[in-house]
Amino acid sequence: MSPDSTTRRTVDALAAALDAPDDLVAMRGRLAVDAERAGLIDVAYDVVASPHGDLLLAATPAGVVRVAFALEGHDAVLAQLAATISPRILRAPARLAAAARQLDEYFAGRRETIDVPVDLRLVQGFRREVLEHLRTIEPGRTESYAEVARAAGRPAAVRAVGSACSHNPVPLVVPCHRVVRSDGTLGQYLGGTDVKAALLALEAAA
Amino acid sequence: MRPFEEVVEEHGAVVLRVCRALLGATSVRDAAHDAWSETFLAALRAYPDLRPDSDVRAWLVTIAHNKAIDQLRSAGRAPLPTEHLPERPTHDQAATPDEALLSALAALPPKQRGAVAARYLADCSYAQVAALLECSEAAARRSASDGIAALRRTYDGGTRR
Repeated sequence: MSPDSTTRRTVDALAAALDAPDDLVAMRGRLAVDAERAGLIDVAYDVVASPHGDLLLAATPAGVVRVAFALEGHDAVLAQLAATISPRILRAPARLAAAARQLDEYFAGRRETIDVPVDLRLVQGFRREVLEHLRTIEPGRTESYAEVARAAGRPAAVRAVGSACSHNPVPLVVPCHRVVRSDGTLGQYLGGTDVKAALLALEAAA
Repeated sequence: MRPFEEVVEEHGAVVLRVCRALLGATSVRDAAHDAWSETFLAALRAYPDLRPDSDVRAWLVTIAHNKAIDQLRSAGRAPLPTEHLPERPTHDQAATPDEALLSALAALPPKQRGAVAARYLADCSYAQVAALLECSEAAARRSASDGIAALRRTYDGGTRR
């Protein structure tokens, strides 16, 4: 047998003897806890199940900064957060526990609004004013894009309101699904129009 | 820069391998776990300042190597408790080929163990191994080659019984 192939088999055997995949899972969990305690996580995230597919929840120490449906591509969203906020990103469920629990209750019809600290640093200017206004729309009610534009102080900016909604970094938490077209049709939604319809039906039933 | 979680996902297993190779796979497992945690905490702290063209794995292996040395120093002990060490690497005293290999690894001189871990378990270049061990590239080659030769003899003997 050649020395090279013996070396390869020796290295493979050594690696296998040293690997501890079960330990690794527990250690990664502990790393998230230790890193959070040390204040080293700029963006903590978790992925939680919902009736509308997996949701990515991400939070800075200030609050929830991003909610993403699977449609957006969770890896792409995390890469974007790394580029715009900080690459110190870890899956650290503890910081998202309250948001995750409230979303569960919301989807089960036991809660009307998601009441957690929100970090809107990804949104500037008029779009931010729009999102601030959206938080005042009561569950079970809707407003048209034109009504929101008027409420946000720029009645002509109907298209900009649509754009603010379609770029809402925290759907569900800031309820952009409560904004519909003046003719009563739903309009677009980040998670898909069928999800928007389902959310409005859920809130109407409550 | 990639989210740090991806770095842990991609390199976590290799770094654990290196920590366990340097600190022992069984008898002082806690020390290896601590070294792994400290490695990734230190890496997370420094991550935003890492140069974009850096070899992330070699960077992590270097941190892990230093953390392992810290562990050994703070415990003021030899790499492995001596009661678990055979007099010299030999498969006759170990129950399985795996244990024989781990014993033989633990019995290597520290430089050789470090070189084997970085070169063969983490796929670092000889230049990276040399930087890690603070020696010349030629010396790094020699350490890796002597170390793996001893392990090869153990493994070959162990599986041919």
